[in-house]
Amino acid sequence: MKKRVFAALMAAVTAAGLLAGCGSSGSDEGSGTTESTEEGKVINIYSWNDEFRTRLEAVYPEVESTSDDGTVTTLKDGTEIHWVINPNQDGVYQQKLDEALMNQADAAADDKIDIFLSETDYVYKYTDAEADVAMPLTDLGIDPDTDLADQYDFTKTTASDREGVQRGSTWQCCPGVLVYRRDIAKDVFGTDDPTAVGEKVKDWDTLKATAEELKAKGYYTFASYADTFRVYSNNMSEPWVADGETTVKIDPLIMDWVENSKEWLDAGYLDKTVKGQFNDDWNKAMGSSSKVFAFLLPPWGIDFTLNPNWDGDAGAWAVTNPPQEYNWGGSYIHAATGTDNPEHVKDIILAMTADKDTLLKISKDYLDFTNTVSGMEEAAADDTYASDFLGGQNAYEYYAPVAENIKIAPLSAYDLGCVELFQNSFSDYFQGNVDFDKAKANFETAIKERYPDITEVEWPE
Amino acid sequence: MKKKRKSVSYAKWGYIFILPFFICFLIFSLIPLIDTVRYSFFEYYRSGIKEIGPDFIGMQNYISLLGSDMLKYAGNTLILWVIGFIPQIVVALLLANWFTDIRLKIRGKQFFKVVIYLPNLIMASAFAMLFFAMFSTNGPINSIMISLGWISKPIDFLGSVIGTRSLIGLMNFLMWFGNTTIMLMAAIMGISPDIFEACELDGCTGIQRFFYITLPQIRPILAYTLITSIIGGLQMFDVPQILTNGQGNPDRTSMTLIMFLNSHLESRNYGMAGALSVYLFIVSGILCFFVYRITNGSSDDGTKAEKKKLRKTRKGGR
Repeated sequence: MKKRVFAALMAAVTAAGLLAGCGSSGSDEGSGTTESTEEGKVINIYSWNDEFRTRLEAVYPEVESTSDDGTVTTLKDGTEIHWVINPNQDGVYQQKLDEALMNQADAAADDKIDIFLSETDYVYKYTDAEADVAMPLTDLGIDPDTDLADQYDFTKTTASDREGVQRGSTWQCCPGVLVYRRDIAKDVFGTDDPTAVGEKVKDWDTLKATAEELKAKGYYTFASYADTFRVYSNNMSEPWVADGETTVKIDPLIMDWVENSKEWLDAGYLDKTVKGQFNDDWNKAMGSSSKVFAFLLPPWGIDFTLNPNWDGDAGAWAVTNPPQEYNWGGSYIHAATGTDNPEHVKDIILAMTADKDTLLKISKDYLDFTNTVSGMEEAAADDTYASDFLGGQNAYEYYAPVAENIKIAPLSAYDLGCVELFQNSFSDYFQGNVDFDKAKANFETAIKERYPDITEVEWPE
Repeated sequence: MKKKRKSVSYAKWGYIFILPFFICFLIFSLIPLIDTVRYSFFEYYRSGIKEIGPDFIGMQNYISLLGSDMLKYAGNTLILWVIGFIPQIVVALLLANWFTDIRLKIRGKQFFKVVIYLPNLIMASAFAMLFFAMFSTNGPINSIMISLGWISKPIDFLGSVIGTRSLIGLMNFLMWFGNTTIMLMAAIMGISPDIFEACELDGCTGIQRFFYITLPQIRPILAYTLITSIIGGLQMFDVPQILTNGQGNPDRTSMTLIMFLNSHLESRNYGMAGALSVYLFIVSGILCFFVYRITNGSSDDGTKAEKKKLRKTRKGGR
């Protein structure tokens, strides 16, 4: 009896919750089936910041207006885009997104997620064929081979599941380059010309000799050992965790990173006081009083982190080729399985990621390196794309060749944790708090804590 | 018939009025609590976006937890708690004693009470972020010390075990000593002034008065402070989490039990996290029991409500 009362109570509470949830959409509760041919009135987009919204507002031709608080964008046919923004920090975005995706089947039509975004570090989790939360693009009526032919190949690979079915598309592409301080280059090499400096940093061996030169004048080559990590990890030949396995395989390249970073740190090529990235010390290393010569950054890094942290005059930085091609980051757009607005979603994905003119406009307005091979080649040759921050240099000249040569490392669903925990465990080793074996053991502990299904860590010989 | 009417009881209204609380308690506390225990016997987590389980695996979670670094984290938690608690209780006793001393006549008592309580009002995470920025290698504390000529090279506070642990201890001390002071002040003011007067007449010194009158008289409140502080210490999370970015750097030496729990929750590992919570529950139960016994001598009603004890002392029991 008690149980039944309790069950009734719980049912009431749940029902109340549901009612509260759909209070705003009210009218069309009947159209809960996914087969409805009628397009829904609300497009729900999940994202972690307003990056996509600002770009969509600026270039998507169907946009009528956006509410002042930025939560609702109205399209010309009256359809509303509802933006659901949760920050990336501490995995909040993924938690909220996961909850919503798992309830997708039971949600009312206008509460269903229609589009969600993901980042390279965890895109694989959502493109997984078995989970089937992101629709294959072909099901939407987009043929990647023809409609997205001008995109960079590696972005298509990244957005595909393990069978190669593309389940997402991106407007941006994040080729990493080497950004350096012109004044330091002049002081040490006597020139700040990107071609000459590029020669000095063209591969790791040359860069090491250059680092010695820089050190002799009291400069650091990079700020932190974490700065070079992406260059190594993006060129791995095997994923961190192979499909269907429960073993983390550490790529030899990652061990090279450990070895080189330790060597560089001990040799004084890196700033010992900067530990990791995106912290106060790292930000200060981008300021005018810092002794750091260069950073390895993708286009968004220059725009979002370097520019705001630089306190000197514009034009003090320049871009040149990195020692090795790599990609860092990128936001992917996915159509959520079960969307009630497939036509709109298709239109948005095509307009935002396949239309060359739109993409070039994004490049011009937001300095994104956009996902169109021919467009970026044009930009590289077009001086109107020059940046004041880079002293009038046209950075696309350097981005484009890098982008064409990127071979993205095979992804796994465990990438985010592996990258984060590996860097963290070994920073203790770099700083001399623990020895090499202890750092390895700490990584094993940490990764097994984070992912209960990981049973083993395999280290290269 | 009439007789029955006379004995109409209004007690049921009492029950009806407290019903909302019990419903809330049932839904938001008791059911999750039972669920936690239940899930601790299951393998239940999320891999990517796929749910694994729940599969019943008996005591497996408990066994594998014993094989993990749990005891090391328990040690860390204890050390961090002690570093924060000892200065906290000493300073709080001292301040409470001064503030309540009629002879000292400290002015602006109310003002100081507010000021020492203020750190507790700051969100712990904001406080930790502030410390993180202040004590970073290129942060203001290092710059000040260098420009004063005290040190020649910046100190890497957060890169050393002692530095990180002391900072966490310092923060916990700063956040909680005000709270403890106010509680102890209330306790001291609850002591009958007659006793103090009597001891003055007998020519007792300030130190004697403190050790022979104040301390024994506030023992119940001291015990309460200790118990709540231990439970709070076991749950230590936000300060070290933010200060060390959730990793318990360096070398996992400031990883507390709840941070360990939190890292299980990143993969929604309800089974393992549940088992860990059950361990914590048992440990806090035992700790409370012991502390209570020690501070309360012969009383054997264990961890029962503090109220009862207070009433007893007020009535002059013992």
